[in-house]
Amino acid sequence: MPSRQRKPSSAKPSRRSFLVWAGIAAVLAAVAEAIWVVLSFIRPRPARTQPRDARDAIVVAGPEETFPPGSVTAFPEGKFYLVRLEDGGFLALHRRCTHLGCTVPWDASAQVFACPCHSSAFDIRGAVLNPPAPRPLDHFSVRVENGIVKVDISKPIRRRAFEPSQVRRL
Amino acid sequence: MRRERHAKSTSGIGSRVWRSFVGTLTIPRDDRERARLTLNALLLHFRPARLPVGTLRYTHTFGLGGMSLVLVSMLMLTGVLMMFVYEPSPERAHESVVRIEEGISFGRLVRAVHHWSANFVIIVVVLHLLRVFFTGAFRGSRQFNWIVGLALLACILTSNFTGYLLPWDQLSYWAVTICTGMLSYVPGIGAWLERAIRGGAEIGSATLIIFYALHTTVVPVLLVALMAWHFWRVRKAGGVVVPPGDGHDGEALRRKVVFLPNLLLREVAAGLLLIAFVFVVATFIAAPLGSPANPGMSPNPAKAPWYFLGLQELLLHFHPTVAVLAIPGITVLALLALPYLHYDAELSGRWFLSAKGRRMGIVAAVTAVIVTPLWIVADERVGHANRGLAGAHPFIVQGLAPLVILLAGVALFYRLVKSRYAASRDESVQALFILLFVAFAVLTVTGIWFRGAGMALVWPWEV
Repeated sequence: MPSRQRKPSSAKPSRRSFLVWAGIAAVLAAVAEAIWVVLSFIRPRPARTQPRDARDAIVVAGPEETFPPGSVTAFPEGKFYLVRLEDGGFLALHRRCTHLGCTVPWDASAQVFACPCHSSAFDIRGAVLNPPAPRPLDHFSVRVENGIVKVDISKPIRRRAFEPSQVRRL
Repeated sequence: MRRERHAKSTSGIGSRVWRSFVGTLTIPRDDRERARLTLNALLLHFRPARLPVGTLRYTHTFGLGGMSLVLVSMLMLTGVLMMFVYEPSPERAHESVVRIEEGISFGRLVRAVHHWSANFVIIVVVLHLLRVFFTGAFRGSRQFNWIVGLALLACILTSNFTGYLLPWDQLSYWAVTICTGMLSYVPGIGAWLERAIRGGAEIGSATLIIFYALHTTVVPVLLVALMAWHFWRVRKAGGVVVPPGDGHDGEALRRKVVFLPNLLLREVAAGLLLIAFVFVVATFIAAPLGSPANPGMSPNPAKAPWYFLGLQELLLHFHPTVAVLAIPGITVLALLALPYLHYDAELSGRWFLSAKGRRMGIVAAVTAVIVTPLWIVADERVGHANRGLAGAHPFIVQGLAPLVILLAGVALFYRLVKSRYAASRDESVQALFILLFVAFAVLTVTGIWFRGAGMALVWPWEV
């Protein structure tokens, strides 16, 4: 049986206070672990539909001569529009409105991308004609290899404004 | 003595269970015995044994709290039924909802009851909030219960919103796209928040399973726990707020009567009427179900659920950071602070505080009904021209500047109405509350009935 007489010592922690602190630490550790478990369950996971490697992320659009200047071609499986500007440059525009994520259809007669949700409008280069959209349509990088247009859809590129450097020229 | 009687009369397990839950088979004849019965039976003891006669009058509370409870119970019962059939995956969800509608006896009715109860409960809890505010039932010992009530309101909205996605039709897919897209405008953590709630970059199977878990487990459990807390605090505050009355009148209102049968019969009658009403509506108007979700085509117009259309209307007029963060944030903080403001007088239980409070309320409501549509139309006409302002940052032109104008206008209204009526702070705060609530209601009505294709302003008959 342990002795009840203990020397009142301030330097050395008593067994009781040690156990109290150890208990508190254990509870805190348990709480932290629980939070970790919950977070790892609710953390965003990569979607199953996303391409697994770089090759899957390349959409082959076709030979460059099939896209006349001033044309907009939809690629629903790649979620983008391939735009060929009047000067012959290519631009792949993400079809998601930068306002709240609605899908933006191309209105060929008015030459605008008109969002049906909050009436944002974008011109053929994706630049904002009408708010509330806060920035131009995101775009994807375009490559032309041996006259074949290829679009890398792995990552939409954000931009503040339209710049000529975003256009892929032949 | 009572114990002896119990021991004597127990016969079978059935009657013992019945007695524990409900009491006796026959209702005692005198009030004392009835009060005792109320205290000792499990189901009855949730209600007070005796209560002031003044709180019985229907127009004092309109039974809105009880109605919310009835609707939530109906939602849980019909929801559990549907869980036996519903499959939360993008490939199967819409199909399984069609199966509920067409392949199961009474499936259409059960889903319609769920749908209509969910819509009615929003209206009822908002009316309940208004009742509590306008009868001043958020002071003293009731302060904190106002906060619990706001948490319950948040649960109801979350529950409705998460349930909105589950049918996986065009309406739900795009409404949830828009509403989760709003989160991306929260400064700093917006992009992360949007990804977290969607479980990825876009609405997909991860989103559906997250919403399903929230809708069928997390929110209901929170709801039940918070409701228990809410009701317990009402009991601790001595029941619902008692209408004031002076002298003999007040004595008469505060006179206690027994729960059984005075309140019990009223509650049962109101509950049954409500259930009957929901079933009649659900029988004749089925819950909507559109074509399966198509991520490639946004419908025109794409609208949020009706209770978020006030918020969506704000988005048309303000920079998103202001519309989805600043204004809702200020509103929530103001609502949380409401019971803790220092008031000039202790006033509880009287509708609209005073005759003056009533007059000021009417002025505020009329102001909001006139000014809000004017703002909407003016912003639609003038604002669009202004947006071309070269060089100016859009956050300043569309966000900060209108917000400052709005806040200045609200502050001006407060000063004017306070000095014009020489009103107390209670009355002025009440007028401000009415102004903002009616303005929000007008925005919601505009979003529901006055927004057509491309979210352009139209008349309701042209939509």
